[in-house]
Parts: sequence; C-alpha cells; structure tokens
Amino acid sequence: MNGNMKSLFPMKPSPETQDIARPQRFFEDRFGMTSSLLERLLGSALVGRVEDADLYLEYRVDEELLLEEGAVKKASRHVSQGAGVRAQSGERTGYAHTDDVTLGSLEEAARQARAIAERAASDAVVAVKPDRRPHDLYSLAVTPVAADVSGKVALLRRIDEAARGADPRVRQVIASLSSEEQIILIATASGWTVGDVRPLTRLSVTVIAEQDGRREVGSYGGGGRVPFDFFLEEERWKRFAGTAVKQALLKLRAVEAPAGTLTVVLGPGWPGILLHEAVGHGLEGDFNRKKVSAFAGRIGEPVASPLVTVVDDGTLPNRRGSLNVDDEGTATGRNVLIENGVLRGYMQDRLNARLMGMAPTGNGRRESYAYPPMPRMTNTFMLAGEDDPEDIIRSVPYGLYAVAFSGGQVDITNGKFVFSASEAYLIEDGKLTAPVKGATLIGSGPEVLKRVSRVGRDLSLDEGVGTCGKDGQSVPVGVGLPTIRVDGITVGGTQV
Amino acid sequence: MRELLTGLLERARQRAATEADAYLVEEQHSSVQVRLGKVETVTHSREQRLALRGFAGKASASASTSDLSRESVERLVDEAVGLARLTAPDPVAGLPDPGECASTVPDLALEDPGGHGLTPEEKIAIARQAETAALEVDPRITNSEGAEFFERRARYAYATSHGFFGSYPTSSFGLTVSPVASANGEMQRDSWYTFTRKRARLDAPEDVGRIAGRRALRRLGARQVKTCEVPVIFDPETAASLVRALAGAASGPGLYRGTSFLLDRLGTRIAAPAVTVVDNGTLPEALGSRPFDGEGLAIGKTVLVNAGTLESYLLDTYSGRKLGLASTHHAARDGGGVGVATTNLYLAAGETSPQDLIGSVKSGLYVTELIGFGINMVTGDYSRGAVGQWIENGEVAYPVEEVTVAGNLLQMFQAIDGVGNDLVLRDRTSAPTLRIARMVVAGN
Repeated sequence: MNGNMKSLFPMKPSPETQDIARPQRFFEDRFGMTSSLLERLLGSALVGRVEDADLYLEYRVDEELLLEEGAVKKASRHVSQGAGVRAQSGERTGYAHTDDVTLGSLEEAARQARAIAERAASDAVVAVKPDRRPHDLYSLAVTPVAADVSGKVALLRRIDEAARGADPRVRQVIASLSSEEQIILIATASGWTVGDVRPLTRLSVTVIAEQDGRREVGSYGGGGRVPFDFFLEEERWKRFAGTAVKQALLKLRAVEAPAGTLTVVLGPGWPGILLHEAVGHGLEGDFNRKKVSAFAGRIGEPVASPLVTVVDDGTLPNRRGSLNVDDEGTATGRNVLIENGVLRGYMQDRLNARLMGMAPTGNGRRESYAYPPMPRMTNTFMLAGEDDPEDIIRSVPYGLYAVAFSGGQVDITNGKFVFSASEAYLIEDGKLTAPVKGATLIGSGPEVLKRVSRVGRDLSLDEGVGTCGKDGQSVPVGVGLPTIRVDGITVGGTQV
Repeated sequence: MRELLTGLLERARQRAATEADAYLVEEQHSSVQVRLGKVETVTHSREQRLALRGFAGKASASASTSDLSRESVERLVDEAVGLARLTAPDPVAGLPDPGECASTVPDLALEDPGGHGLTPEEKIAIARQAETAALEVDPRITNSEGAEFFERRARYAYATSHGFFGSYPTSSFGLTVSPVASANGEMQRDSWYTFTRKRARLDAPEDVGRIAGRRALRRLGARQVKTCEVPVIFDPETAASLVRALAGAASGPGLYRGTSFLLDRLGTRIAAPAVTVVDNGTLPEALGSRPFDGEGLAIGKTVLVNAGTLESYLLDTYSGRKLGLASTHHAARDGGGVGVATTNLYLAAGETSPQDLIGSVKSGLYVTELIGFGINMVTGDYSRGAVGQWIENGEVAYPVEEVTVAGNLLQMFQAIDGVGNDLVLRDRTSAPTLRIARMVVAGN
C-alpha cells in the first residue's frame, strides 16, 4: 500500500506552517469570542442540566470559477459564518444555530438548545476531554482560497486548450475550480476547546465529444486538502483533461450494456464507491443504535470474503476525506470496519458511542454550523491483496470491467445499494473488448463482498472528488480500492 | 430589506459596476424529530444570505455572505466587482431590459403567519401521532427511523440597478414518517410525507402514518425477478422523477452548453401524444409558486410539452440570449449567480385509473421507488435501481427489489401508453401514474 500511496501524498506539511492555535485567535480577534467567554456561555447556560453540550463556531470562504465556451465567465465568492449550540440528555438532542456570532445570539441559542434537551431529567455527566491529540494533516503555506485568482483563470484556459487540442471531436469543455477554507472552533462544557483550519480544493473537467450526430460526455477531476499548485505538479491538470477526453471518445463507440447478473471486475481507486455504499453507510453508528441497518448486531460475524479488509481512515495527509479532528473535537483515527471478512466495528460520533457503550471513533461530522453532527465516513477503502490486476481480468470468461462511476446510493435497512458505471468494458475470454454504455449496478450490501474472489495488489485512493450526502448534509469523503473480482452482481443494461 | 439592497447597489455603482442586482433571503427553520415515541432531536435556526451580482461592462461575477455587518457588506461589493474584472467579457451578459420586469408583485398566498404559532409540545405531538399510526398498521411494523415535523418561514427580496424592487414572504410546513417493517430476519423501510404552504392543508398525521406503514409493509418478502423486457408502470412519486429529468434536459444552461438530450428538439415530437407537461408558477398557495423569477420577471404558465411536442424550453435571460430565444421567466438565484428552476411542474392527468393501468399488464413491474444516479443527461440513457411490485395477469403478485430498470428517456417518453387520472400536486414536481410500453428489467 505504501508504494502506491506515496505518489498520492507529495505534500508533507512543514513544521513551521503548523498552527493549531490559529482558530482560537481567529474567533477571538474577529468576534471577541475568548475562551473564557465560551466557557461562561456553556457553563452558565448548560452545565449541570444536560449530559453533554458543545458549541461549534465556523467561518468559511468558498470560491468558484467556471469555464465554458472557452472563457471563464463565472466567478463567485461566498462567506458563511455562524455558530451551533448543542445540548444532549439521553437520546435527546437540542440544537440551535445562528449566523449572528455575538454573545447575545449565542446565549439565546444556548437557552433554546437547553430547553429542548433538558425535558428529560437525568444525572448530569459532562463530556470528558478526549485523550487523543489533534493531527496535523494539511497545514499549507498558501491555502487554495488565498492563491491568486488570475493564476486559476489561466489554468482553466490551458485545460480548455488542451482538451480541445486533444481531438477534433471535442465540442465543449466545461472546467471548474472550487476552493474553500473552513475555520472551526469547538468548545465543550468541560472547558476544553479545539480548533481546525481545513483547506479544500477540487478541479473538475467535463468534455462533450460529437461524431456522426452522436454526442457523449466524459468527466474527470481531483483535488484534496492541498494548495492550488497541486494541480500544476506532475501536470495533473493535463492528465485530468486527457482522461475526460478519453472517456468521452470511448463512449462514442460504446455498445449497449448487458442486463443481468454478471461477473464484474472493478478497477482501482474511485470504484471504491462500492464500499462506501455497500458497507460504509450500514456501519455508521446511528443506524446501528436504532437497529435499522442491515448490519445491526452483526459485529464478529462474517460479512465478506476472507480476502476483504476494509478501513475508514481520517488520518491520511492531504486527502479530501481527512480531518485533524472531527466536528465534535475527537481526533480522527484509522478504524477497521471489516477484517479478513469479519465485521469488526462501527463508525461513531459522541452521542451514538455513548448510547451504545462504545468509544467515539472520530467520525462525528457535519456539513456546517447549521446542522448537528452525525456519524459519517472519512476515507473508506479496501486493503490491497496479492493478485496481479491483469491476471484478475484474464480470469474472467465473460463479464464487465468498470473503472469509473458517477455516483451511488443505498437503502440502509434492506441493504440494497446501487452505483452507476460511467466507463466500463466487456470482458470476453479474459480480454477487454468493447466499451459499454453507462449502467447501474445493484447488489445487497451484506452479500456482495462475500462474492469477492480476487483482490489485486494495486490499491489506490480516488483522485479527491467524492461528496457524500446523508439526511440533507453533504461532506467531502474519499474512497479507495484495489482491482477486485466480484462473482455476480446485477448489471442494469439494456441488452437482454 | 429595501434599504440594504439599494445601499448595496449604490455602492456597487460607486465601485464602477455598470449594472448589478442583489438578492436577500432571511429564514427561520425549526424541526422536531421523534423516534419510537421519544423526542430525538429538536432544532431551531435563523439564517440570512445576501448575494450580489455585479457587471463590469460585459463581464460579471457574484459574491454572497451570511454576515450583514457594514464591513462585510462593503467587502461583498469589493469582491464581486473585483472578481468581475478577472472574468472574460460575454457579449450577451447583462440584466434583462428594465421594461421586461414584473410591474406588480401578485399575492399568491404563499405565507401562513398564523400557522407558525405551534408550541414545541404541539409539534412533538403531531410527529408522535403520525409515527404511532404507522406503528399500529400491523404487528410487523416493529421499528422506526422516526417522524419529523418541520416548518420554515422566509422572506425573499430582490433589487436591480435599473430600479426594480420586489419582496415576498413564504411559509412551509411538512411531516414525514419512516417506519420499518420486519419479518423472518428481513427489514424494509419506507416513508410517506405531507408538505404544504398552509399548515391547515397538511394531511392528517394519522393518515400520513398509516400510508407510510402500509408502504413499508408491502415491501416484506421482496425478491429479484429474472431479467426481462416488460411493460413498466411508475407510481406518481417515481413518475414525477421522470418529469424532473425531462425538465432538467429542457433547462437553458444544459442546452447552450450542449449537454442535454433535448438539444435541437424544440418543436419536435419527444413524447407520446398522451403527454402534456406544464410548469405553472401562479397557482395560489402552491409550493413552487413565486410572484417573480430570479431576475424580477413576471411568473406565468409555460407548456413544455403539448400532446407530445416540445413547445418550450426553460430559460433565464442569459441562456435565452445564448439560444436566440426570450427568457421564459425561469431564472432562479443562489449565491453563485443565476440558474434555471421550475416552479410547479406537472405532467397533466389522463383518463385511466391507476387500477386499470395495472390491470392492463399481463406481466410487468410496478415501480414505487428508484435509487441511484444513473441518468446520462447528454444522451438520455437511463438505468436506475428499482423497488416495486410484480404484476401478473393484471394483479399485484409480490414485492420486488434488487432490480434495475433501463432504457433511454426520449424513447421512454415516446413509449408512454397509459397516463393515470390520479394527478395530485403533492410537491413541486408531480405526475400521475404512467405506463411505459417496454423497458429492460435486470435481475438474476
């Protein structure tokens, strides 16, 4: 695994840019939110009447640039700031938020949160400080929002030229660059505060190609908690543009996808979305506490082939799904979900961990101050096996080889999940033949990994494009997979 | 609100913006969630967002902020105007002509001031009633993901440097219930909802709960079917998703970028003659109604598809100019600028009862839920996961899961050979039950 991962994480944070105290200073300077004020706010309003309480301060800047028809015609910049106050008693959560970061508004929000939660009388147990220190996974000398806009505009223009120059059939290029910086500070009733500064950027390229009246689309991109220069290094921007063009051109000659149950080989990287949908969501603590997940109560049981080990790891430097601390202040970890086929653990936030008598795992996340946290994934991937990826394809007499997907979804309760292939090929007699049109693959989460018969040695993580939605909250995530063979999954094509 | 917006536009003018428009939304939201009778989460929020679009000649940019302090508002103008200097000029960019703006702001009764007076206890009671009704449907309804009651109150204001100003308030109320049925180690979840602008128009909580319970229950015992090509019936909820996809393809930005399967199809047959699709933003009290669009243009009624012929696209001023057409007054705002959105979108009712549509199928699939994102908007290729009931000799025989339905949206709309008489405007996009002559159902 290390061999593959090294090339993906070129930017080791340098010690002189580390600045864990920055969020505290930021909210103090900008809003007058000193730690003694926060302590007083939480203390007087909440302590002794609820079991757990916290305050979440957030300041976020987003910048979006969009190129279409050969020019960057859309640019926008957004500032969001606000605070969320949470109080908990038993299973009850009171949550109030405001975008007015003043003492008066926060006192009002704290009062509302407490009123909501304190209806259940119980012995007060105030949260204890976690023993793990925050990580330092993405300190950057120049953050992506701070980088010069004209350099970004110039890069988008170069992408347009490169994609159009790659093939005369390219008709349209749409390229977008989003950059973000989120500064958070979390204060709890027991008097400790922890902050994080989270950069994030993503470059996306979409290409439309046309031939003989047929039009097709190809998309590619990447990013992470990295500086803008990440896209220039190793000419990543050129590879993203080239891959989008290649995908669109391939689809121009794609044949109908087969319909029915087939052997499917998944390529490395982004096809790890299989894990995110098939097992990831089903292993989030809230669904298991409520016993509405198909995986509820199955820790220790076999849920996958012995070849399969799946982890969720929020501690990988510079990855899109990584966090120094989660949105409750718990340091993220490397959590083994499935080990050699056996279900080992769930992903937890503080509430669900407390109610299930387990430890928080650093998976308590929220989209923004406007939402209470819940258990979410970070970077979810399968560990490498020993097979040669070429051998895996050669082992299949007839099947599908899928390398790119457009998205997925799962029904937690019955375990059925889908993910939609956007680039796939037929395998005939162990060889890749025709590219096929997009098709949705459907399977059963607790069953599909039992059919994994080969695991390649080529684990890679995705390029940094994933966004996960749950209960209306979106958070950035990562996935990863080595090449694997699945003996039987339903492919939703049109060729009967 | 008016002062804030006109002050912002004046500052933009001082900073050399040639034209500008500004948009403000203020909202309050609250929700209660109960699960198995106990209160789980209660939330309360207050939010605002101010957005500015500034033009420097023919170049434009947008900025927005949730901080309405003087300093922040000044920075907003500087950022929008500064960014506009870095973007490329675009010959068709600009506000609509002032004469096109709505001359009056009609009252569409979108607010329910009296509806917001419920105490938290009363909201909890409504959610509990709905969940209890779901749990009482059958002993096999053993668990629940909970019930939620929510309300939202908002005020929108919009102003342009040409002098247009309009504002309007809205209310919305909703209730959802998600029970879980189980038997023989199998678990199935389903849900039902009610969503309105006037609280008194919400369906009774007991009815919402009962329907949710029955929906979860009817999924027990679900199995795969053999891969086949059969007639497929979409229930109103899943049929609405087909209409939503069609409207997405008819939206201006996808057309001028060439990313839509409806490109160059205006005036041509794109659906069966039984298909008429309408977008009407003027319906009083309706969820999708608004008195003017995101550029201050009057809202009206647009016939997208008339008896199978594509009669209109959905356009804002910019995408209209790109296509050489007039705006259809479908501009929508978010912080990032101007896009296109539908209002109340529906496929007009036919004359056949849903029972007769099911009765007309010898062997086929009745779809009640779709999952996944398997729609290619460039080609119309369609492949999604489906849940539903198998139809055998005109009757519902057994529940089905872990199958996909696949085809191509253009071919699917042309193959609609039955339109139900059961249209109800339950949400912003609605449809009656639809029968599609043939689709590929993939299973085992």
